[in-house]
Parts: sequence; C-alpha cells; structure tokens
Amino acid sequence: MSQRHVVVIGNGISGTSFARALRKRSNHRITLISSESDYFFSRPAMMYVYMGQLREEQLKPYGDDFWEKNKIERKRAFVQRIDPSTSLLHFDDGSSMVYDDLVIASGSERESVHWHGEHFGAIHGFVTLDDLQMITQQSDSIRKAVVIGGGLIGVELAEMFRSKNIQVTYLVREFQFWNRVLPDHESSMIEQHLVADHGVNLKMGVEVKEFKGDEEGNVRAVITTSGEEIDCDFAGICIGVKPRIGFLAESGIQCNKGILIDASFRTSVKNIYAIGDCAEFSPALPGRLAIEQNWYTGRMHGETLAEIISGSPSVYRPSNYFNSSKLFDIEFQVYSRETVLSDKLKSVFWENHAQRRCIRIYYDDSTLRFEGVSALGIRLRHEVCDRWLNENKSVEDVLTHLCDLNFDQEFALPFEQEVLDLYNRESGKNLRLKKRDFKRIFQWR
Amino acid sequence: MRAIRNISLTVFFAALLLFLSSLFLSSYRLSDQVIAERFSVMYTASGKSYYEILRPQLEPMVNVEYHSSFGFISDYSAIIKKYNEPLIAAGNWDEVIKDDQLVMITKHSSSGWLADHAVYVSTFCFLGMLLGGILYFLVTGPANEYRRRAVWFSSLSNRGVAGIVLGSGLILFYIILYFFPAYLSPWMLLADPLRHWFTDKGEADQWFLYGWMYCMAMLVMGIRMLIKWKGNRYQTFRTVSVMFFQLCFAFIIPEILSALNQPAVDVKHIWPLHYNYFDGARIDQMYAFGGIGITLFWWGIALFLIGVPLFTYFYGKRWYCSWICGCGGLAETAGDPFRHLSDKSQKAWKIERWMIYSVLVFVSVMTLLVVVAWYSGKDEVMGISSGFIKMIYGFLIGSIFSGVVGTGFYPLMGNRVWCRFGCPLAAYMGIIQRFKSRFRITTNGGQCISCGNCSASCEMGIDVRWYAQRGQNIVRASCVGCGICSSVCPRGVLKLENAPEAGRINNDPILIGREGVKMNTDLIK
Repeated sequence: MSQRHVVVIGNGISGTSFARALRKRSNHRITLISSESDYFFSRPAMMYVYMGQLREEQLKPYGDDFWEKNKIERKRAFVQRIDPSTSLLHFDDGSSMVYDDLVIASGSERESVHWHGEHFGAIHGFVTLDDLQMITQQSDSIRKAVVIGGGLIGVELAEMFRSKNIQVTYLVREFQFWNRVLPDHESSMIEQHLVADHGVNLKMGVEVKEFKGDEEGNVRAVITTSGEEIDCDFAGICIGVKPRIGFLAESGIQCNKGILIDASFRTSVKNIYAIGDCAEFSPALPGRLAIEQNWYTGRMHGETLAEIISGSPSVYRPSNYFNSSKLFDIEFQVYSRETVLSDKLKSVFWENHAQRRCIRIYYDDSTLRFEGVSALGIRLRHEVCDRWLNENKSVEDVLTHLCDLNFDQEFALPFEQEVLDLYNRESGKNLRLKKRDFKRIFQWR
Repeated sequence: MRAIRNISLTVFFAALLLFLSSLFLSSYRLSDQVIAERFSVMYTASGKSYYEILRPQLEPMVNVEYHSSFGFISDYSAIIKKYNEPLIAAGNWDEVIKDDQLVMITKHSSSGWLADHAVYVSTFCFLGMLLGGILYFLVTGPANEYRRRAVWFSSLSNRGVAGIVLGSGLILFYIILYFFPAYLSPWMLLADPLRHWFTDKGEADQWFLYGWMYCMAMLVMGIRMLIKWKGNRYQTFRTVSVMFFQLCFAFIIPEILSALNQPAVDVKHIWPLHYNYFDGARIDQMYAFGGIGITLFWWGIALFLIGVPLFTYFYGKRWYCSWICGCGGLAETAGDPFRHLSDKSQKAWKIERWMIYSVLVFVSVMTLLVVVAWYSGKDEVMGISSGFIKMIYGFLIGSIFSGVVGTGFYPLMGNRVWCRFGCPLAAYMGIIQRFKSRFRITTNGGQCISCGNCSASCEMGIDVRWYAQRGQNIVRASCVGCGICSSVCPRGVLKLENAPEAGRINNDPILIGREGVKMNTDLIK
C-alpha cells in the first residue's frame, strides 16, 4: 500500500488512539491537528489539576518523545474550512494542508440554551483546557458558585469548588439525580453523599431562567424559573455537550446533531471519516446510542478506524457496554449488554447506605438471563462481567460466583453473601456462594 | 475545632522549639569523676589504662566551665588528637587511644537547667510533639480532607521554601547524627528517662535517641495516614502494621531483650539491609550469648534464604516493604506527603536499576570479604582489606545513602529514594518479584481514562498509567505494593493481587470493549 497522508482534526482520545493504532499497522504519514493544545491530554483529569492533585504536564498520557519516536506529526492550528474537492484544509492563519485521508475527531463543546445574561463574565463551561485555566485564574475571587446541570461535568465542578471550600449551589433540572442513568435508590445515595458528606447545596427540579450581572459585567445572581434569586460570583454551565462541528458548515459533509457516519466511520464525503464525540452513527448500531460520547468509545472508534484505513476489512462492532465515573468519593461502574439498561428488567439490589455502597444485578425475568450490573462504591472485574454477558449466564450463576466479580481492593468488606441472601429470600431458593477462584476468573488465558 | 487545631499546633511547635533549643541550653564541665567513670577500665593494646594516660592530658579542661558544646567538643578532640598524632606518625598503634568516648564524655559533663530538669523537659517535649501532632491531624482530618489533596499547592510538598527548609534540616540532622553525634548529647539526656523505663542501668545514646525519634515520627504521621485513608482497609491495615513493627520489633523488644541481658536484636532486620549482620565481632557476640543468640543468628539467615523468597513469591515484596520494614514504614507515614515527588522518567528508571543492583553486588562482595576475614582470622582477603571495604560501605551506603539522602531528600525527591535507588534487600526481592511471584497489579479491562493519578502518586517512580491505559498488568521489580495507585484511581482500574502466575505478565494486552483485529504491538514504541 502506498504511503498516504492521513490528517486527523483533534488530538483527544479518539484522534490520538487512531493515530497510535494506525502507526502500529502502517507507514502512512500521520498529522494530528489541534487548536486547543500541543499535546494529547486526559480531559477527565483536568479537575485534578484544579484541585492540586496533579500538575498540568501530568495530564499527558504519553511522554514528550512519544510523538517523534512514532513519527506522529503535530500541528497547532484551527481548521477554518475543509475543501473536499481539492482535498485541502484551510487554517485560520491562511495556510493550508493537503490530505489523502481526513479523520475528523473534533470532539464536543458545551451545550447552551442561550439564557438571557449568559454573556456576563464568570460564566463558564468546563470542557476545554481554556476553561480550566479561566476557572483556575478566577478561583481566588469565587466565594459562592452556582453549578447548573446534573451531568458528570457538573459533579466534577462542584467537587472542584468544594475542595477550596467555595459554597456550591447545584441546580439540577431533573427531580432525581442522574435518573437517566441511575435508578431511584442509587440517585438518592448520590444526593445524600453530595449534601451530607460534602456540603453541596443541591436543588433538584430547578431550571434556570436568566443571569443577573453587576456593574463590572460579571455574573451576580442566577434567577430560576420559579423566580428564586441565587447570589453567586461564578456560574458553571454543565448542561451537557454537543458535537463540535461548526467549522464544517461549507464542507458539504452531511451532519445532523453530529457528523453522519456509517459503521465504518465513513462520512458522506469520500476519504473523510469521523470518530468520537463529534460523530453520529446513521443508523445507530443496535443497542447503542447514535452519538457515543465517552472516553472508551472514542478510543474504540479510533482503534477500529485505524484497522479500516490500514486495509483490514473491519467495521465497528462494540461488544458489551461499559462505563465508569466518580461522583465525589463514590465510584460508579456499569457493564451491560446495551448502553441503556431497560427499566423493564428485574434486578437484585443490595445496598449499605452507611458505607455508600450498592450493587444492582439486572436480569430477564422470564429467562433469568444476566443482563448487566451496576455498582456504586464497589469495583467490578471488567473481564469477568464481559465474559458472563457473552456467555448468557443466568443471574443465579452470577450471584453464586459473585466473588469472581469483585475487584475491590484487598481487605475491603465483602458484600457477596448478603447479596445472595437477598436473592434467596426473594426467590425462596437456597443458592450457596462459591469461593473466589482465579482459575475461573482468568480462564480465557 | 479551629481553637483545638490552633492549640494543638501551638503545643506541637512549642515542644519542637524547646526540643531544638535544648541543644544550646547546657553548659559543660569535665570532672575527674567523669574521666574516671569512662576510662578507668579501658586499656590500650599495650595494657596501659586510658585513665592514667588521659587524666594528665585533660588537666587543662578539668573543671573548666564551657557555655557551649562547640568549645567543649573542640578542646577535647584537640587534646586527644594532640596525644594520638605523634604515636600514629611513629606507627605506635598499640598506644593509640582508639575510642575517645566523646559522646558520653560530653553528655556526662553537661550541667545546668536542662540536665537538672531532664524529666520535665523531656515529658513536655515528647508528649507535646506527640499529642500536639496527633491532635492536629485528628481535628483537621475530616474537615480538611480536600486540602490534603492539594499536594502541588503546599510549599512543603511541592519543593517550595518550606520543603527545602525541611529537607535541609533533615539532611543536617542526619549528618550530625552519623558523624558528630556528641552535639546531640542534650537530646540523649532528654531520652534518658525513657530509657530508664526499660532498664535502670541503661542510658540513652544516639541510637536509642534516634530509634525513639523515629517511632515518634511514625506514630504521629501514621495516625495522619490512618485518618487520611479512613474507610480504606488495605491502607489502614498496612499502616497499623508498619507502626506496630517499628514500635515493637525495632524499638521495644530489643530494649527488653537488652534489659534481660539478651542480644538486643531486631528480628525482622534482614541481611543485606542489615549490612553488618555477618561482622565477625557480631557473630562472636551472638554466639557468646549461647542458645538465644545462636537461634536469633540463624533465624536471620533462614529468613533471608527461605522466608524472603517464599513470602515474595506469594505476596510480592510488599509483605516486607509496605508492611514490616522500618525504612518503608517511615517512608509510608512521615514520607507520605512527598510521594508524588519521585521522578517518573525513563532516565530515572535506568539510573535506578544501575544503582540498586550495584549496591546489591557491593554489599554481597563486602559481606563475603568480611566473613572470609573472620573465618581466616586475617583482615586481608586476596590483598584487599575487608575492614576498609566495610568502612567504605558503612560510610557511603549505610550512612550517606540510607540516612542523609534516603530520608533527608524526602521533600526533594520523594519518600522512597533509599528504597528505590539503594536498598539491597529491595533489590533482591525485586528480582524475585519480577521473575517468580504471584503478585501483580491487575488492570481492569478497558476502564482506564489515562488521568495519571496512579503515576503521580507512585513513590517508586513507576509510570503506572503507561501500563494501565494499554490494559497491561503492572509487574515491576520496584513496586513495593503500597496500593496507593489503586486507592486513588477514580475508575477502579487497579487491584493489587496475588494470583496464579499464568497470564500474570500480559505484554500483548487487548483492551476489552470491541471485537477487533488482533494487532502487532511491537511496532509501537
């Protein structure tokens, strides 16, 4: 295969995973373009820089010599326009670049509903390195912050501010925290954790109407739709993210919310592909969302596209869904057959409220087939979850072998017997817990 | 709460200030009685009594009042030197005063307020530092939870002024302790009441003092660790374990053994970390104690030959480094605020491997020479003086590396400088851990988000993220199994575990998440 120039717009997890995987499989010339940063960095870790746990250079997952060693060129520029007819990228400084294959991995930008007063100072999202720097700079003058939006970024922002003893009022539109992802019990555990353990002033079921500013043009208060006025000297808007596709307007690439792609990441234009947060599968893959906006899917998109561009007959076939996050001190993990766990499924639910731990094991009521598992404050073994889902294990199998699933640190308090007891009580059965067995756990090796 | 915090800090610093200034509060007067006490039963090789030799020499000093230890120590040393110099020049080694007893002479010559009130001063200093420190962490603990995360904001823990001051202070302390201990004699006076607890006959020398200070540091900072990781049972258990082993095995039990006229042995102190384990004089001494001495001597050998490989095979070297070892114990408690300062670069890793295995070779050769010398009864082995090599090792590695650099550099290079670059026992266990052990840090499928908290908090300078983000288990000779990487991971990706060897090293990992084509990872550097 002749050497091609593969240009990637965006150096996030999708673009970088792609470049890295392509380098493993080919000698193509690879260029990573970003207007945000000179290097790939871990976006989910930005909060730790603000909190003083990491320094900014520690956000880099690869050493500075990685790029040269692997012959991945980097360019710091903003792509203003793409011209597919001439295969040219036009940059904001007037220069241009020719590509053979173009991969758009431009990621997300913060969603906005254009509230009245959103132009005031000290109103920010928390998506880019720029946002991190702005918030860090203003941090000393913040006494009271309002965080708007019940997504992961909102929780991160609340945690960041609480780490500096800044008062946080957290406004969430939904009446149950994270209830698109979490069932009621889990929601209320998180709510309690935020309020009781970390002093967040959480207000559920509240929508923002507008912002009020002071003479200097900075935000002074947030007004809710019910007319309440909440004083603040900072407002964080975290109501979600949307694909960053503004620069594609004149390119002729078909977009909906995101850049429309097929299962091989091909856009409507030849030799142009899209991966990661900015891409929208059309149609959506079975059991998955049309726009997959997380770290892991971005990585998998990149790796799969690298196979395709290097000539392997490959399409994106995600296996079982998984995700994880951390809400203040509580870790959350989920593994399931499909991205969204249907609320029609039955589940075994165990919780220890004082320890802030719970686990929910989903199964099909009629076949008893294991459909997925989610946990707060408990770590689960990915490899085993994934295999059990593939093997269509029954929930009773899962429950009796629950010790194999436990990935908690050593000496952590066990929970398996209590979960099984719960199921036995409900079903009138008498299942016995099996001891952890490494031969079983690592059997695929 | 705020008031209690301020009170505890005030008490701590008042005690610390008094402790530090106590070094300058005594006056010194050499009396005939002290000289007699020290020297009347010591004889030169030619059979002359030290007392008879030194009494006339020391005459100009006797009953002269010195207001600082500096003048006293320098005059005394000058007199000994003046006496010894011509003898050494003439090669008349038999007459030379080999042991000038400077530390004890200085200590026993001190007088004044401090010496008169040692019990009260020491009670205030030690209790003040202990209780003040512990109370401070108790009351600030939960409320201050987040500020403790801010390691890169604190001048103490980000190599700021406070860190450099603390580091310099520690380095100075170790230099004085190892090479000029007489200046610490006021502190030994303060430690005397404690030593008398164990035995009326005994008194504190610099090593008792050091052992006690070591215990205090580990107690206060260990409690800080326990508060910091409240709810995390791995961190709790292991911290309690190192505190227990330091307090009981390194400090109390040897004192009790010594009070019972038994060999004062720290039974968990293993060669080659215990580098003079096989000193001829030590072997003779252990055998002289009879049954218990011989048993303890062979216990150490069995530990090294059987215990270490066996435990390291089953649990990795963490069974020692993070659960038992005194050096590790100090690093994990007092050194915890500095763990992120360890260098994560490839270059540091390379230097680490060269240094630590060189030390292992050095200590092995040195020990071999010493044992052969002892067996043959001659100092020289194949033309090399075993005593000289031993002295070089003791100076370079035993004092400078493990003490001055190993602890003094906590605020500059992280808390495991010695363990990482110098400890020969860690080197030995590292080889076993890397090639024949059940221990690994398992990476959880494809859950890593490359945040880097693991690498940042690795005290051994392992770039944990490099493995985790490619789904690879972490199997490294240097890992001491402190488990902090796992504890700080925000996505539950890392788990320290002891599991069968099969599949432990997965050099060609597949990140779980999709059905893809297997690729050749060798192409990526």
